[in-house]
Amino acid sequence: MALLELHNVHAYYGNIHALKGISLTVDEGEIVTLIGANGAGKTTTLRVITMLLPPREGTVTLNGEDLSQYRTHEIVLKGVSMVPEGRGVFARLTVLENLELGAYTRNDPSGIAEDLERVFTLFPRLKERQGQAAGTLSGGEQQMLAIGRALMSRPRILLLDEPSMGLAPILVESIFDIIQEINRQGTTILLVEQNALMALQIAHRGYVLRTGEIVLADTAENLRNNEMVQKTYLGME
Amino acid sequence: MNPIWRSTLKAGLLTGAIVIYVALTGMVLSLSQRPVIGKLSLGHVVYMLVFVGMGYITAVRSPWRQERPWLVPLQGAVVGGVGAAILALLPLIGRKVDLGWMFVTAKPELYKFLLFNQEQVARGVLYLILTGAVLGGVAAVLPILPEVLHKALLGGASTTLLLGVLAELVQRTVLKKVLGPFFAYKGLKPTGAAILFVVLTVLFGLQAWWRQKHPKVTKSVAAQEAEAASPLRTTLQLGALLLFLLILPVWILNKDTYLNSVVNLVGLYIIMGLGLNIVVGFAGLLDLGYVAFFAIGAYTVALMTSLGPLGHGYSFWQALPVAILLALTAGVVLGIPVLRMRGDYLAIVTLGFGEIIRILANSDWLKPFMGGALGVLDIPKPKIGNWVLKEEYQLYYLILAGILVTWFVASRLYHSRVGRAWQALREDEDVAEAMGIHLVTTKLLAFGFGAAFSGLSGAIFAAKVGSVYPHTFNLIISINVLSLIIVGGIGSLPGVVVGALALVGLPELLREFSEYRMLFYGIALIAMMLVKPEGFWPKRLKVYPRPQEEDAEASAL
Repeated sequence: MALLELHNVHAYYGNIHALKGISLTVDEGEIVTLIGANGAGKTTTLRVITMLLPPREGTVTLNGEDLSQYRTHEIVLKGVSMVPEGRGVFARLTVLENLELGAYTRNDPSGIAEDLERVFTLFPRLKERQGQAAGTLSGGEQQMLAIGRALMSRPRILLLDEPSMGLAPILVESIFDIIQEINRQGTTILLVEQNALMALQIAHRGYVLRTGEIVLADTAENLRNNEMVQKTYLGME
Repeated sequence: MNPIWRSTLKAGLLTGAIVIYVALTGMVLSLSQRPVIGKLSLGHVVYMLVFVGMGYITAVRSPWRQERPWLVPLQGAVVGGVGAAILALLPLIGRKVDLGWMFVTAKPELYKFLLFNQEQVARGVLYLILTGAVLGGVAAVLPILPEVLHKALLGGASTTLLLGVLAELVQRTVLKKVLGPFFAYKGLKPTGAAILFVVLTVLFGLQAWWRQKHPKVTKSVAAQEAEAASPLRTTLQLGALLLFLLILPVWILNKDTYLNSVVNLVGLYIIMGLGLNIVVGFAGLLDLGYVAFFAIGAYTVALMTSLGPLGHGYSFWQALPVAILLALTAGVVLGIPVLRMRGDYLAIVTLGFGEIIRILANSDWLKPFMGGALGVLDIPKPKIGNWVLKEEYQLYYLILAGILVTWFVASRLYHSRVGRAWQALREDEDVAEAMGIHLVTTKLLAFGFGAAFSGLSGAIFAAKVGSVYPHTFNLIISINVLSLIIVGGIGSLPGVVVGALALVGLPELLREFSEYRMLFYGIALIAMMLVKPEGFWPKRLKVYPRPQEEDAEASAL
């Protein structure tokens, strides 16, 4: 059984039909990527999974359990953690306070300390800057903080929304290295990206989203070699 | 023409525009009867300060400060002189053409006053221009002096002037025992002012010299933390502060009713500010109807304790917890419908709520229970045993206790789990929710605590004033509380105190400026937001010393 499964999900913003029957699965230990152009519904899909935008039709299940019975703040207890688009760090709080808020739902100080160490090992920069207001960090550091914060809830699955957005290419590469490292350490990842080239290099499987519908689903390698994907998303002729 | 002289001339024109404005608002004439130092009146001071200020600013900004300092005072003199010359146009034109149809304050008395009561117009104009030039020039000398001397003279002069302006208030405090002989009935005696100026200058000089010898360095984080953790120093500071607060009304303010009532008003605003700071500062929920909870607290105490026909004869201490609980409940109840609203929408709805409470209290419908527009009278003063807190200086201690309790609660809340949740909520609601924060409880807690503080303040207010009327609970109170938080530094507890002193205490003390005090208040608010947008006492973030060296890879991040 898949860890996360979306079945025939429809979602609306008011009258706008944003997701038109999406079905996808993410298996334990995988990196799955969701690629597509602006407005295709990538972020919306993540909002549905975290119940920020509950689906009007269809089901979202985690390990067979229907998530729609929960509110957003309860989803994280189930093991789903999100790195929001544009990073969404708490700008006027310190790096350490941000990370502690990531563990808001947890009540095991020793486990939290352990995970804090883990985050600091993954991102030594954050350790150096732990007392600094998050808003004063550079874009790359903020992205690291957002990922670190999401890891603090010790999630089973990590939802990443455009981690490459607004970052220099060299930084994108190192962020993606770290995403792979996190996955190797045992966290399943659903990665939403516009930077399809990068995403398909680290993902195992991928889905292509277009105007609220999934138009392609395949292994990352096959997608990289797919003519339509190459033309539309990878900019190759 | 040299661009520096051109900009100097521009500053002079601006100075002229400002002084003419000041003169035409009427404050020059109406304050001319109030002596500050000897024959120098407050009317003189308000427009002469513009010459001084503009001369000083010009000098501070002058590109010649380093290379050609001898030209800087000349710049100041030009600014002051040109400004004064433009001001002189007012009486010159006014004597020929009647300006009264447009400016009610453009009267012959004003012209006479501006020309120093000289019979000969030319001589008056000359005196005025000379005054402007000398004041601007002297002020411009300060910035080219050595740092210590500069600070000493500036501090000495401005403090002396302030003592002269606030003469009446100063003479009500314990300072009178020391400074009494320096004062005339109103204002300072010239000799007194001279002595004060010299003494104060020396004191400020010593302080500046000390500062220069022991410059503040950005200490390492470890050193800062060690300092903060040093228990002896903190205890001493706290003890001194507490001692000051305890002797303030009785000894320092001499049990003076007026001054203590100002202090008490500031205190009540501090309690409200600490409450609203939880809602706005911590949780980021913009609440414009905050006065509603103040009203609920006040009316609860009024109706429960009043000796009049509407009262129920309970004691203040019985009514106090009820008032706080009712306000808290009202806060939570208001919170429920606005849970899904953000920012401006939230502000509008809370604004409506504040009005509803006031209108209900004012309504005929509730008149049999709440007294309608006539309010509730005969509210007894609180009693502790047989000791009645009757006078302002006695009520002060009740308010101080209220502040200490609310301060303690607010600071503990800030560092608690729910405090963290509030801050997360303030920064980004969606992300906070995704972190597992329950928006409903978190928001309602913020509204509830904020409202409870306000209810406490209102309860004390009712007992202090002895009567409550619906029209007291105006929108302006909500606005004032919000402004004081912003001016103090949003989210900062000491900021609330500073803000309340500046926005509530100062206007009360400036009563002498009568109708112009709101003008000063407005100018001060605008200037404040331009110069120090983060507030007087912003929430402190740790200062980190710059890392010595950053490797290339790291700095690329």
